[in-house]
Amino acid sequence: MISALALISLWVGVVFVLLGALGLVRFPDVYNRMQAATKCVTLGVLGIMLGVFLRSGFNPLGIKAIIGAVFILLTVPVSSHALARGSLIAGVKLWKGTVKDQFTEDRGGKSIIEEGK
Amino acid sequence: MSRRIALFIAGLIIWLLLSWTLNYQEIIIGAVIALISAGMFGGYLPLEAKKLLNPVRWFWLLVYIPVFIWQCLKANVDVALRVLSPGLNLKPGIVKIKTSLKTEIARVFLANSITMTPGTLTVEIQDDTLYIHWIELRSTDPEEMAKMIKGPFEFFLARIFD
Amino acid sequence: MVPIIVLVPAAFFCLYRALQGPSIADRAIAVDMMGIVFSAITALVALRYRLNYLMDISIALAVISFVGALALAKYLEGRSLDD
Repeated sequence: MISALALISLWVGVVFVLLGALGLVRFPDVYNRMQAATKCVTLGVLGIMLGVFLRSGFNPLGIKAIIGAVFILLTVPVSSHALARGSLIAGVKLWKGTVKDQFTEDRGGKSIIEEGK
Repeated sequence: MSRRIALFIAGLIIWLLLSWTLNYQEIIIGAVIALISAGMFGGYLPLEAKKLLNPVRWFWLLVYIPVFIWQCLKANVDVALRVLSPGLNLKPGIVKIKTSLKTEIARVFLANSITMTPGTLTVEIQDDTLYIHWIELRSTDPEEMAKMIKGPFEFFLARIFD
Repeated sequence: MVPIIVLVPAAFFCLYRALQGPSIADRAIAVDMMGIVFSAITALVALRYRLNYLMDISIALAVISFVGALALAKYLEGRSLDD
């Protein structure tokens, strides 16, 4: 039972990590890429770590996997938030299909939406 | 002072979990390191002891975790479908919403939770204003947008941290 | 064993974005995600061969990629590191 759960959790995690990395390649601008990468990779790695914990049980390996999972859950959103803010301030262009950009409007800067059709 | 004691206890617990042994030498080393780090960084801990010992807040934290995991799973399926669909279904935009949370730590947790919910990414927090990058703009009315973006999180975080 | 092999393409997708990415932010997020994927791969290798110390390395990789992403974000904002 537990090993079946471990296998399911492991594979769900692996599939989500793969899809998140694919999103990193497919999406058009850095902010959309960040969305895909952050969400999928966080949950994927959580699934993998949970699978490792269920497979190994209460020994140093499993406990460290849980600690690593909690750490990743707390830090990946923070780092993506910091990078998104940094790239907005540095003026990295938004994709041309972007509808609205209240952040630059409120700061009174020039529009950083990519031009095109 | 109470913050330093809380950080010391948390550090010691993490050390014991990482080393996973009850050998007295390990415990002494861990206690010394936890003491040093608590002395150096305890002042930055944005929690109050009065709130930390309140069991009602811990109860709401326990309720909050399954809600968060459910939202997280929904977000991932949403992104996965977008990645696999040929046209990507994008209509992104950056919008701003207001929050009624008072403390810094509650706002930080709200921002993190918003990042993990479907299609939204927190870009900037300025006092009570959050700037959100939204992958598919489904509304332009501020009230409605705030409700869609924040989901159930503000309710729980107000009870846990405020 | 098989999950490790399936994770390798994910690392390659991140590598593609890190080499190709038009802006610094693209490269930064790609390298950050690559660190996390490597941390997951290390955890799986640790489980496969039952090596406890590899788990420490996995946690350390996650920490390093977090700190690196924060430093790059500061650089993008145009502030100095001690700010």
